[in-house]
Amino acid sequence: MIDASHVSVSLGGRRVLDNVSFSARAGAVTAIVGPNGSGKTTLLRAMTGDVAYEGRVSLDGDDVRDMKPWDLAARRAVLPQATRLAFPFTVYEVVRLGLSAGIEAGQIDLVPVALERVGLAGFEGRFFQELSGGEQQRAQLARVLVQVWSPMVAGKPCWLFLDEPVASLDIGHQLEVMRLCRTYAQDGGGVVAVMHDLNLTSMFADSIAMLHRGQLMAQGKANEVLTDTLLSEAYGCQLRVNAIPDGDGTFVLPHTASLK
Amino acid sequence: MSILVVFLVLVSLISLDVGASGASFPDIVVAALTGRDIEATDLVVLWDIRMPRLFMGVLVGAALAVSGAVMQGLFRNPLADPGLVGVGAGAGLGAIAAIVLGAALPSGVALALGNYTVPVAAFLGGWLTTLLLYRISTRNGRTSVAVMLLAGIALGALAGALSGILVYKADDSQLRDLTFWGLGSLAGATWAKMAAAAPLIILALCVAPFLARALNALALGEASAAHLGIPVQRMKSIAILTVAGATGAAVAVSGGIGFVGIVVPHLLRIAIGPDHRFLLLNAALLGAALLVLADMISRTIIAPAELPIGIVTATLGGPFFLWILLRNRSMLDL
Repeated sequence: MIDASHVSVSLGGRRVLDNVSFSARAGAVTAIVGPNGSGKTTLLRAMTGDVAYEGRVSLDGDDVRDMKPWDLAARRAVLPQATRLAFPFTVYEVVRLGLSAGIEAGQIDLVPVALERVGLAGFEGRFFQELSGGEQQRAQLARVLVQVWSPMVAGKPCWLFLDEPVASLDIGHQLEVMRLCRTYAQDGGGVVAVMHDLNLTSMFADSIAMLHRGQLMAQGKANEVLTDTLLSEAYGCQLRVNAIPDGDGTFVLPHTASLK
Repeated sequence: MSILVVFLVLVSLISLDVGASGASFPDIVVAALTGRDIEATDLVVLWDIRMPRLFMGVLVGAALAVSGAVMQGLFRNPLADPGLVGVGAGAGLGAIAAIVLGAALPSGVALALGNYTVPVAAFLGGWLTTLLLYRISTRNGRTSVAVMLLAGIALGALAGALSGILVYKADDSQLRDLTFWGLGSLAGATWAKMAAAAPLIILALCVAPFLARALNALALGEASAAHLGIPVQRMKSIAILTVAGATGAAVAVSGGIGFVGIVVPHLLRIAIGPDHRFLLLNAALLGAALLVLADMISRTIIAPAELPIGIVTATLGGPFFLWILLRNRSMLDL
């Protein structure tokens, strides 16, 4: 269980996150959505300790401020939006960096397995910086995956924090990556992802937190959060939600939107 | 790596054999083994001149190359160099101040330091500049690498200006000393100087391997390194302080020897890749071997006179580096 209570963040004198309480449980995919600048990434960065924050963030009961970096690294891995690599490392070496931080550090044969899982089989010897944006993001995802390879360790869940994991991917890889997240959660792990695509979010997220102007607007299931009223207010345009005829899927088509 | 060990041993043996005096290393070894008398002067040349010089070359070369590799990893920039974080400029200012203003020192201090006035001043200058920079760029317990880089340029310029004023005031003989110091030389190597510089350099060489995993993780950025379980701030402090110590010590005993810190890690990254677990150790070996080689050239090419070693490293290193860059242009844009 990730529990962020009354988290506030100020950047450059501006309050970008205001008293947000958010929770995510293991065994579920939790998505954070909201328009640009609503504080999605900041909330994620507060929870991963990248920005100073007021409030409390706990990981399965332990305050993350009190945890040693290497203990945290064994229990949760973080995928940034994009990574600029300083030196010409190969894909293999990048993924290995993640492996060496987790508890499976010795299991070198996990590297190709992880690469195959993100659709990059055989990419080991390629230079990371020569990959396309989407391939880079998936290579980073493989690095993050091998860091917390087992979703459950000694009865405790491991966590994936993903900042826009599918933003630069094509639709096929978007589905592949989201399915991977779902499997990780079904096997007992926890997944927290900042998402842009409302339809993918509605398809895969068990819980959705919607942020608007640095505050939490709502958190709950897709049909509770992705509603006409909430979406239209948050995104500043008239949005209409539709439902798949014989299923519980909610979807939003931009075609139905009209500017206020 | 074994190639580098062989290279270093080979260069070292040759360097013991060549020099202004005719003393020949194999002759002395053969004489020692067969129990023949060895000429006293030959022994002195070998033991008191060439040996300390060889070891100094090894230590200074290793220190400069490893410091360069660590700094580049820390600043995530293949162009970083200990010189950039003020060690070079600060040490230079210290040395110049000692040469030009040395006479004004209280006689007690001057007497106690003796020939070590310049090295001690250089070390203090480099070390203090680094500490100052470190303080400037650390806020709320976090050291900003970007601030450090920029402040390093500012402090470097300031130290350069102060050095310039001192140079302006210097007389002719002081100017000659300054020039020689600025270009670097291992000519003053003695066992005593080596004993003074060795602990700091060896400390850095021993610490560096423990930084390797952290430096690799840092290539992904500071946040990602932290998420990989690296205690980033502690690691930065250790890296900066040990590197400043080692470079300060190296510059103090040998002057400003350029190029080694940038060229050696660069060559190795092209040859064996950027993984610091292999890079750091190999940098120590290659740096040592190249500096011993450069020193050999510097003292034989115009024997019995000597060329400052900085001239050798720059004239050979510059074009060679350029050639490597041109050949590997595609890799560098990565």
